Amino acid sequence: MSVIALLGAAELGLVFSLVALGVFLSFRVLDFPDLTVDGSFPLGAAVAATLIVAEWNPWAATGLAMVAGALAGIVTATLNVRFKILHLLASILTMIALFSVNLRVMGKPNVAIITQDTVLTPFYGLGLSDAVLRPVFVLVVVLVVVALLARFLTSEFGLAMRATGVNARMARAQGVSTDLHIYAGMALSNALVALAGALFAQTNGFADVTSGIGTIVIGLAAVIVGETVVRSRVILWMLVGCVVGSILYRIAIQLALNTDFIGLQASDLNLVTALLVAGALILPRLGNPLRAKGGTAAKGGRVAG
Amino acid sequence: MIELRDLHVTFGRGTPLEKQALRGIDLTIPAGQFVTVIGSNGAGKSTVLGALAGDVIAEAGTVAIDGTDVTRWSTPRRAGLVARVLQDPMAGTCASLSIEENMALAAARGRRRGLGPAVGPSQRSGFRDRVAELGLGLENRLGDQMGLLSGGQRQAVSLLMATLAGSRILLLDEHTAALDPSTAEFVLDLTRRIVSGHGLTTLMVTHSMRHALDHGDRTIMLHEGKIVLDVGGAERTGLDVPDLLAMFSRVRGRELADDGLLIG
Repeated sequence: MSVIALLGAAELGLVFSLVALGVFLSFRVLDFPDLTVDGSFPLGAAVAATLIVAEWNPWAATGLAMVAGALAGIVTATLNVRFKILHLLASILTMIALFSVNLRVMGKPNVAIITQDTVLTPFYGLGLSDAVLRPVFVLVVVLVVVALLARFLTSEFGLAMRATGVNARMARAQGVSTDLHIYAGMALSNALVALAGALFAQTNGFADVTSGIGTIVIGLAAVIVGETVVRSRVILWMLVGCVVGSILYRIAIQLALNTDFIGLQASDLNLVTALLVAGALILPRLGNPLRAKGGTAAKGGRVAG
Repeated sequence: MIELRDLHVTFGRGTPLEKQALRGIDLTIPAGQFVTVIGSNGAGKSTVLGALAGDVIAEAGTVAIDGTDVTRWSTPRRAGLVARVLQDPMAGTCASLSIEENMALAAARGRRRGLGPAVGPSQRSGFRDRVAELGLGLENRLGDQMGLLSGGQRQAVSLLMATLAGSRILLLDEHTAALDPSTAEFVLDLTRRIVSGHGLTTLMVTHSMRHALDHGDRTIMLHEGKIVLDVGGAERTGLDVPDLLAMFSRVRGRELADDGLLIG
């Protein structure tokens, strides 16, 4: 694999590490399996690209993309909390609806912003080649997000959010409004995913309505790989694990696609992803012969295990 | 002070499983009193605690705490006034959060949770002193996950957590029922120390008539959603378990007689 390909994989991994952080918030912190991300990722891309084409400041466009993502998360949370629709189904409803919303936002399936000013434009003149600059820029954004998120999750409000996911009844008895924390967590989660979408559009020069397919699986894969590589109960390291997992995952995919003798094509990406995630979920169970035979297999069906 | 007025609770109204859990509970508990609650399964003991904590919203009657009508308040809203320890040690704490994080959650009860650090150095040293009071050696394990503790240790920490936010009312829902006898004794002893130390108004549900008489200042017995016995003071001091059992069967007998009249 060439250095350029490696940098490309790292850049994509870093962009998707924001998705991983969002998925970590919903799946792990809130214990809320949220598929909204398949819609909020292209939503972030669509809002950012459309506003950038309309000559908006790219930072403002990115900020509004995050607000749009947060609203998508709140819609899913409302369907679940207020109207008691099963969380998985609530998120699928929002996801499906967002496909139409994204087409409305862009007015067409694909918007190119390759010639427009993006958040990266001011940095292109600094002498770094584009292939290096892009991953470095995204890395800085990701590090800031990780630091803020770690600080947030160890705050009083963040601790209450974690308690909501672990033991909602206890949290309520301790005066935590669990509903409020589900709304806030889902908004934050989808805002991060929309930020990933906005950065994806700006680093790649386009927004596409179909770019969200499988986002949730990629995010989940990154979270699972990260948990395997970085084993810690400290919040900061768990978040770093999501980022590391996302990058490793992208590099693994890149290697698989680049290895000619396997005969894989780019179009096999989703199959490879699904196999990787399934493998990551199955392998830990095969390691322990007692578990493999016992009844725990039935319980182990939950994704967020 | 707790005041329950003509409290009625029905579960599953209009369904074949409709159950009148409380049928007119009148109960006044002055501040600082320790009341033990007994009664058979389904008598309404836990429902009374639930109605006080906010998990159960009464369909008729009122719940007042320190003169404030809280009948329609949700559980989180009441959390600043009422602390609760449940039967299941797993239910009252967050297993995957650390001891100090669980304590921080409890300490913020009843006030706004901001973006300041949940566990700062000053809180940590405060928590360490409080945990040291338990004498369980947990003061050096504040960062350990709650799930690593034994059931008795978790109940002890739960009791401690109930005192961190200054609420005046403590509800104990068979909080020693899942423990072995010696651990149960330890937790009961700790309960007594904490209740008297903080002067808490306490309601303790128990299945053990022995515990009900040995602890607290007053004992009430529930049956079919009503208070059928309420003893305190000198009358209670002279009571023993057989007396209580006799009263219990007399109450049930009376009920049977009533039913007999109805049918006849």
